[in-house]
Amino acid sequence: MIPTTYYLILSAILFVIGALGVLVRRNVLIIFMCVEMMLNAVNLTFAALAYHFLQVNGQIFVLMAMVVAAAEVAVGLAIVMKVVRNKDTTNIEDVNLLKG
Amino acid sequence: MLDYAWLLLVFPALGTLIFALFGRKLGRRAISVLAPAMIALSFGAAVWLFITLLGMPPEERSHEIVLWSWMTTGGFHVDIALLIDQLSITMALVVTGIGFLIHVYSAGYMHDDPRVPRFFTYMNFFILMMLTLVLANNYLLLYVGWEGVGLASYLLIGFWFEKPSAADAGKKAFLVNRIGDVGLALAIMFIWTGLGTLQFSQVFQLAPEKWAVGSTAVVVVTMLMLLAATGKSAQIPLFVWLPDAMEGPTPVSALIHAATMVTAGVYLVARSAVLFGLAPSSAAWVAGIGVATALFAATIALTQTDLKRILAYSTISQLGFMFLAVGVGGYVAGIFHLVTHAFFKALLFLGAGSVMHATGGELDIRKMGNLRAKLPTTYWTFLIGAAALAGIPLLSGFFSKDEILWNAWLKSPILWVVGFLTAALTAIYSFRMVFTVFWGKERDPKLFSHAHESPPVMTIPLVLLAIGSALAGYIGLPRLSLIGHWLEPVFAAALNNAEAAAEAMAHSPIEWVLLALSGLVAIGGAYVAYRAYVVNTDIPRRVRESLGWLAKVVERKYYVDEAYYAAFVKPTRVVAGWFAATFDKRVIDGVVNGIGGGFGWVGVQARKLQTGMVGLYALSIMLGAVALLIWLVIR
Repeated sequence: MIPTTYYLILSAILFVIGALGVLVRRNVLIIFMCVEMMLNAVNLTFAALAYHFLQVNGQIFVLMAMVVAAAEVAVGLAIVMKVVRNKDTTNIEDVNLLKG
Repeated sequence: MLDYAWLLLVFPALGTLIFALFGRKLGRRAISVLAPAMIALSFGAAVWLFITLLGMPPEERSHEIVLWSWMTTGGFHVDIALLIDQLSITMALVVTGIGFLIHVYSAGYMHDDPRVPRFFTYMNFFILMMLTLVLANNYLLLYVGWEGVGLASYLLIGFWFEKPSAADAGKKAFLVNRIGDVGLALAIMFIWTGLGTLQFSQVFQLAPEKWAVGSTAVVVVTMLMLLAATGKSAQIPLFVWLPDAMEGPTPVSALIHAATMVTAGVYLVARSAVLFGLAPSSAAWVAGIGVATALFAATIALTQTDLKRILAYSTISQLGFMFLAVGVGGYVAGIFHLVTHAFFKALLFLGAGSVMHATGGELDIRKMGNLRAKLPTTYWTFLIGAAALAGIPLLSGFFSKDEILWNAWLKSPILWVVGFLTAALTAIYSFRMVFTVFWGKERDPKLFSHAHESPPVMTIPLVLLAIGSALAGYIGLPRLSLIGHWLEPVFAAALNNAEAAAEAMAHSPIEWVLLALSGLVAIGGAYVAYRAYVVNTDIPRRVRESLGWLAKVVERKYYVDEAYYAAFVKPTRVVAGWFAATFDKRVIDGVVNGIGGGFGWVGVQARKLQTGMVGLYALSIMLGAVALLIWLVIR
C-alpha cells in the first residue's frame, strides 16, 4: 500500500515540471505537452485523494478534466496548425501580432 | 351626420398626405385643382354639420365626438375628440369657406411658381391644423392645432426661402410665437394640476366650483392664456412678427395672417370665457391690451407706404378690436367681428395680391395711382373691402365694429372713446389705400402701362369675398342678431349677473346714438382721406411737419423693433456668442477632451503590458494563481 503522500509529491513534481516547461520552452508543441502534463498532474491528485477519502467525486472530476483536455487539444492544435501555415514557425516568440 | 364630423378633418389631411408624397408626380395643374377641391369638400362637411345643428333645439347643439383615446397614464386621460358646437362650427365655416376661396385664388396667383405642390401641401396642412385647433374638445388637442398652425405659418412665411428677408421673417414669427406658446403650455399644466382634467366641458364645470372668483390660480391661468393669445393674435407686446410675415406669398397673408390663424387667440379667449369670467382682472387686461393695440397699430398703419404692411397693421388693429370685445364680455360681438373681418381682410389682401400681380410685385403705394382704370374688378372689390373695414354703414364691418363699441361702452366709456378714435383712424387709412392706389394720377408711368387685370381664377374669389364683405354683417344686426342667438348658448355659462344687467341695458336709446356716431365717423374718416389724398395731396406733408418728431416716431413704428432688438436680441446674441466662443471651447470642450485625454493616457500606459511574449503572459497567470493561493491560505 503506497501512502497517499507519495502520489501527491509525484503530482507536484509533474506539475512543476509542466509549469516550468510552459514558461521556459519556446516550441509551441512542447509547451502544449507541458500543459497536458500539468493537467494530468492535477488528475493524479484528484484520483489519489478520491481514493484516500473513499469518495467518488474526485474520480468524476478526472473524467471531466480529460474531456476538457481533449477539447483544449483540439482547439489548441488547430491554432498551432494555423500559426504554422501562416508564419511557418513553431517558435512562440515569433507569434507577437498582439504586441501593444 | 354628427358621427361623420371627422370628415371635416379627413379631407385636408388627405390633401396634405397626397401632395406631400406624390406632389411632383401629380403635377402642378392637378394639384391646383385638387387642393381647393379638398377644402371645398371640407367646407361642404362644415355646412352639412351646420345645417344638422340648426335642425336641433338650441340647448342640444353641443356635441362631443370621441374618435379615439389618445393617452391614459394614471389619472391623466385625453381623447382625440371633436367638440361640435355653435362656436366651433362657426369657426370651421370661416376657416374652410374663406380657406377655399383663397385656395382657388392661390391656384392663379402661384401659377408660375415652381414649388406649387409644396405650397398646397402647406396650405392644406394649415387648414387641417386650424380645424384641429377650433374643433378640439380639450386643451391638449387645441395645443396641437395651436402649434401646428404656428408651424404652417413659419413654413409659408419662409416659402420663398431664397430671400433672406423671408427666411428671417419666418424665424421671427416662429420665435415670437414660441414665447406665447410657452404661456399656453403653462396654462394647460396649471389647469391640469388645479382641476385634473383638460376637457373643455369638465374644465368649465369644475372651474367655478374649485376656483373662487379672482383667485390666484384662475388669474394665473388666464394671464398665461392672454400671453399665448397676444403671441398668436399679434397683440402688444408680441405683435412684431405679423408685419414681417408679409414676406410670404400674398394668399398666405390673406389666409393665415389675416383671416384665420391670427384669430386663434380670440377663439382661445372666447372658448375659455368661463375662466375669464372667473378672473375679471385678466378680462380687463384683455380689453386693455386689445384697445391699446387697436389704436397703436392704427396709427402705424396710417404712416406706412407698403400696401401689405398697411394691411398687416390694420389686421393687428382689428384683432385689437376683437380682444376688446372678448375682454369686456362681448364674446358674440368678438366672434361676429372675427367672421366679418375674415371676409373683408381676406378680400383686401387678395386685392393687394391682385395689384401686385398686375404691377410685377410692386408694393409701394407711392408708385401706384389711377389703377382703377386698369384693374376695374380689383378696384371695386377692394373698395368694398376697404369700406367694410372702415365701417361705412350697411357694410359688414359697420355692424360688427359697432357691436364691439357698444359692448365697450357698457363696460367703460373710456374704452369706447379709444375704440371710437381707432375707428376714425381705420376709416382714414382704409381710404388712404384706396385713393392712393386706385385714384389720382399715375405716378410711375412704366408701372401703370404694364398693369393688367388678373385672370378670372383670381377675380372670382375677389367678387365672392366682396359679396361676403358686404352682406356678412346682416347676420348680426343690432337687436335681431342671428349670430347672437346662435352663439349665446355657448357663452351662457360665462355671462354672470353683471353681464345680464348689461344685457338688460342693451335696449337703451344710447345704442342708436352710438350706432349713428360710428357710422358718421366712418364716413367722416373717408372724407378726410378724400381731402388729404385726392383733393389736396399737400395735407399729409403739412400734418407730418406740424407733428415734428412725433410723426417720425410713428413712421418708424414707434421703434418697437429697434427696442426689442436692443433689449432682447442683442443681449441674447452677446451671451450666446460668449457661450459659443468661450464657454463651449473652454469648459464643454475642455471637459470632453480632458476625459478623452485621460483615458488615452491610461491606454498608453496599459498597452505596455501587452508585450506579445506568450511566456510572460503564462508567467503572470502563474504568479497570479500563486498569489491567489497564498491569499486563500493566509486570510
